Amino acid sequence: MRPFVYERATDVADALDRAGDGAVFLAGGTNLVDHLRLGVRSAERLVDITRIGLDEVEELPGGGLRVGALVRNSDLAAHPALRRGFPVVAQALLAGASGQLRNMATTGGNLLQRTRCVYFQDVTMPCTKRDPGSGCSALEGYAAGNAIFETSPRCMAVHPSDLCVALVALDAVVRTTGPAGDREIPMTELYRRAEDGPETDTHLVPGELITHVDLPPLAPGTRSAYRKVRERASYAFALVSVAAALDVVDGRVRDARLGFGGVCHRPFRARRAEEALVGGPADAAAFAAAIDAELAHARPGRDNAAKVPILRNTALAVLAGLADEGARS
Amino acid sequence: MATPAAPLPPRPAHPGAAGRVETVPVRLRVDGVDRELDLDPRVSVLDALRDRLGVTSVKKGCDHGQCGACTVLADGRRILSCLALAASYDGAEVTTSAGLGAPDRLGDLQEAFVARDALQCGYCTPGQICSAEGMLAEARAGMPSHVSPDVRDVDSPVELTDDEIRERMSGNLCRCGAYVNIVAAIGDVARARS
Repeated sequence: MRPFVYERATDVADALDRAGDGAVFLAGGTNLVDHLRLGVRSAERLVDITRIGLDEVEELPGGGLRVGALVRNSDLAAHPALRRGFPVVAQALLAGASGQLRNMATTGGNLLQRTRCVYFQDVTMPCTKRDPGSGCSALEGYAAGNAIFETSPRCMAVHPSDLCVALVALDAVVRTTGPAGDREIPMTELYRRAEDGPETDTHLVPGELITHVDLPPLAPGTRSAYRKVRERASYAFALVSVAAALDVVDGRVRDARLGFGGVCHRPFRARRAEEALVGGPADAAAFAAAIDAELAHARPGRDNAAKVPILRNTALAVLAGLADEGARS
Repeated sequence: MATPAAPLPPRPAHPGAAGRVETVPVRLRVDGVDRELDLDPRVSVLDALRDRLGVTSVKKGCDHGQCGACTVLADGRRILSCLALAASYDGAEVTTSAGLGAPDRLGDLQEAFVARDALQCGYCTPGQICSAEGMLAEARAGMPSHVSPDVRDVDSPVELTDDEIRERMSGNLCRCGAYVNIVAAIGDVARARS
């Protein structure tokens, strides 16, 4: 690990003062410390932000939630208001990592975790995300985990988060503060496409700090769920995952939200499927037509074609489950 | 492959030798004993425990957060000590498996692991014990898991079925494959404590 200077910020203003000049914010450290050790990244200074507050979940008028950036994944998953109102988010959190890691990892850190593409984490291999301009080893190499949506030869990596898939589906808003003041960024606009330049994952600027994530309320009666497919039953990243929220009234879909994980450089919002669903019947044929409308835009490669049918089956199972749940209540 | 790997840049000389590393004071309470350290900020809680304080009950497995062998309790919560920078845990109360019992007075989890033969080589066992201790506290506090029947049900107590124990302990790998008896040992303790 390259040497760095350790600094501990006392509050948000102090953290911003210490940003810049090769500084990197340290929160839970579950991804960053590993990357420093592997040589995937280095820092002149680590600014520890674990003691600046931002560690509470606040219930907003109207049923929304404001989640502090430093709320630990385990604490958020256990929060009663989140569990009752946003089961898709609680399930996504609980599908990720392990008990120990969820106790360390933070909300903001989860949003900023890096891809687990093997080439990104192997400093002996070309990877343009880690080493701009060096090319993408995953194009012709181990490619079973590669993206199938918004693919670009510049980078085939997928975003690894479970939580973010639920957050893009729910139109969560990221609140930040930084050198240019405060900003509110929709989750769906936080991340860059591979084509936009994979060297940077998000549209945050250097020194910008995530302070909160806002969850807008869902319409009463909306059902939501997260389902993840992986190569072992627990403690593995997604092969594919589906976050969905469905509001069905009198057998017809009033609102539908769909996020896909493990398939794109960014947490993927399946807007084509949503558009096909809204206003239509909540039945298997309509669900299949909607998912197929989205999957028509998938671009699987040599080794990852299995993601398409697995994603299709998973999405259909989630939608059927939500429709059934709504019908039984 | 697109292009061959560029040669790695030369690594800087060990900064300790040049004496240029800015160390940080770190206080930890380890298994009930206050310890004061002056550390290179790159030192993990794991390395601080094993290499600086001689607390070798905590084990280094992968050093990448993938195996769980280094699990300790920090202020009562289970964490991976390999991914925890000691400087960031300044002031924490750290409990290793050695703090949960001793050879002549085993803790209940340790006793159960012996009784159930829940190990073969034993290398992952201290991490398993600490993880189980943290996991039982989480379940007692009502924390749900990936296999909990309904995440929206915030009122029912957690029932630690074998499936629940397996899921909640999935961050602790055992290369010997003692999982069946580990689940049984933890189940024994969960029932005895309830």
